[in-house]
Amino acid sequence: MTLPSYAVEAEILESKHVIPGVYQLTVAAKEIARTAQPGQFVQVLIERSFLLLRRPFGVADTDPNKGTLTMFYRLIGKGTRELSKLKAGETVNCLGPLGHGFDLDARQPLLIGGGMGLAPLILLARRFNGKAVVLMGGKNRPEVFWSELFRPLCTEVLVTTNDGSAGVKGFPTDLLPSLLEQGNHDRLFVCGPQIMMEKVSEIASRFSVPCQVSLERHMACGLGACLSCSIDTKSGKRKKVCKDGPVFWVEEVL
Amino acid sequence: MTTATNRLESTLAGIRMKTPVWTASGTFGFGEEFADFVDLAQLGAIVVKGTTLAPRRGNDGVRIAETPAGMLNSIGLENPGVDFFLADILPRITSYGMNLVVNISGSSAEEFGELAARLDVPGVAGIELNVSCPNVKDAGILFGTSATAVASVVRAAKDRTQKPVILKLSPNVTDIVPIAQAAENAGADALSLINTLTGMAIDIHTWRPVLGNITGGLSGPAVKPVALRLVWQTAKAVRIPVIGMGGIRTAEDAIEFFLAGASAVSVGTANFVDPTVTMKIIEGIDTYLEERGLRNIQELIGHLKT
Ligand SMILES: Cc1cc2nc3c(=O)[nH]c(=O)nc-3n(C[C@H](O)[C@H](O)[C@H](O)COP(=O)(O)OP(=O)(O)OC[C@H]3O[C@@H](n4cnc5c(N)ncnc54)[C@H](O)[C@@H]3O)c2cc1C
Ligand SMILES: Cc1cc2nc3c(=O)[nH]c(=O)nc-3n(C[C@H](O)[C@H](O)[C@H](O)COP(=O)(O)O)c2cc1C
Repeated sequence: MTLPSYAVEAEILESKHVIPGVYQLTVAAKEIARTAQPGQFVQVLIERSFLLLRRPFGVADTDPNKGTLTMFYRLIGKGTRELSKLKAGETVNCLGPLGHGFDLDARQPLLIGGGMGLAPLILLARRFNGKAVVLMGGKNRPEVFWSELFRPLCTEVLVTTNDGSAGVKGFPTDLLPSLLEQGNHDRLFVCGPQIMMEKVSEIASRFSVPCQVSLERHMACGLGACLSCSIDTKSGKRKKVCKDGPVFWVEEVL
Repeated sequence: MTTATNRLESTLAGIRMKTPVWTASGTFGFGEEFADFVDLAQLGAIVVKGTTLAPRRGNDGVRIAETPAGMLNSIGLENPGVDFFLADILPRITSYGMNLVVNISGSSAEEFGELAARLDVPGVAGIELNVSCPNVKDAGILFGTSATAVASVVRAAKDRTQKPVILKLSPNVTDIVPIAQAAENAGADALSLINTLTGMAIDIHTWRPVLGNITGGLSGPAVKPVALRLVWQTAKAVRIPVIGMGGIRTAEDAIEFFLAGASAVSVGTANFVDPTVTMKIIEGIDTYLEERGLRNIQELIGHLKT
């Protein structure tokens, strides 16, 4: 079943500079907030800018009662720079919720995220009602600011940093084998850099734990029409990241 | 949603249209992708993504790039092939009640003929011949830039189908008029233009092309003045109807194309920016006609004063 998508003028309620280069954006978009599922995304149009295309961002969190939608984004180029200049009270046009999110059928979920990949895992952790464990990686202490956001939502928050300035020095994949050896997890949910997802996928298959990954591709429409984001799948069938994904079962795509 | 008045009704190459607003091939999927946003039956026609005899996986690497007031694409005609379209997609989408024009591409006149024959089925309103896709090395562009090749492709299609045949013209030519006239003389029922302009973009940090395919097709507002000029030149030179496109995103843009001689307009890239845009364009054209006391869209078409 696919629920409808909406294109809404969304008032910015808060635009917060979380750490250097990373922003948290909360908008009023009640239609999207009501139905968005973890792993889905929105296409954001920055009107009155010189930019033509929308920019895709994961749904990080929603409050269906208040009708609010939260995203986190990193400054990358022109679009995210324009977005970061907008203030509360201004609007962006949000198209969503789009795509196919995570499968919520898990008893002991382990969420694994790196960098901005942690954003969609917030709503996922919330839907698991406290039973998820999150394993996160970042460059350094500021880059794992996420741990505070996950703490109230998870049974356990495990942190790694490349430089050891917070949590364990190293990568999430360094901790993963020992976690899976204990046999405590029946599902992995991964979003982060390609290399991280590949390593997790390898480890997951070694321990035969089903695993879902969220992919990123350049896209124009987000609706399955332009075919910018087509990928090959193991079965040989072409799929669209925007419509069939962004979340896929790992054996299908990696 | 919009309820178009009969001011906007017309017939083009035998296709009866509620409005003269179409959607361009490759930018609107099979229509169903936009069902949440658009009353598909209000559109003059939707033109399906370029379809080939065998399935095509398209080009590798990054396939789109945003450029000033436009975008480049190098999709490379990814499509599931004509048999899959006929068996799996067509039956599913006919319920929307839209006019479906199928855009086809082949690597020889015979292939175009074969595709036209296979698509001569109920539920298909017309065939658009894409002889001008800039993203495919083996097909397309060679036909699109030669008047004799265009004529042979049109004849091959006309011989094998009862459906109206629309020839889509490439803007990447020195003189479009002889090619348009060759298509008309070969029996094309209508012309559509423009396809994308060949372009490229370079990443100065990596010194690499942005697109996996190196070059791609430019579309969007940036191409509108060029498209308008080509539509004007073409419409003057032929008697068959012209479907104008290239950078249209507002009713005002569309009205410019009607004045330049287009009998219908097609909206492409703008659908990516605002999926509801075609409905706004229809409403805007209707309001424009009403405010000026014009009874029908025909009173605009080709009425440019020079
Ligand atoms: C489904 C999905 C969800 C995403 N979720 C998030 C998120 O929650 N937080 C976040 O920070 N980023 C996310 N991204 C990446 C984000 O879309 C890009 O960082 C952003 O589009 C960059 O835009 P820009 O104009 O600043 O960069 P520019 O480099 O100037 O962009 C140029 C063009 O390339 C596209 N582009 C550049 N990088 C990417 C990329 N990695 N993926 C897709 N398109 C790209 C842009 O959309 C634009 O069309 C997501 C991407 C996808 C596909
Ligand atoms: C992503 C994309 C895919 C396209 N695919 C096709 C195609 O398969 N066949 C075709 O004839 N034209 C194709 N086109 C060209 C459009 O149909 C249209 O001619 C062109 O984009 C100009 O209109 P616009 O500026 O409104 O987009 C494509 C354009 C885009 C942007």
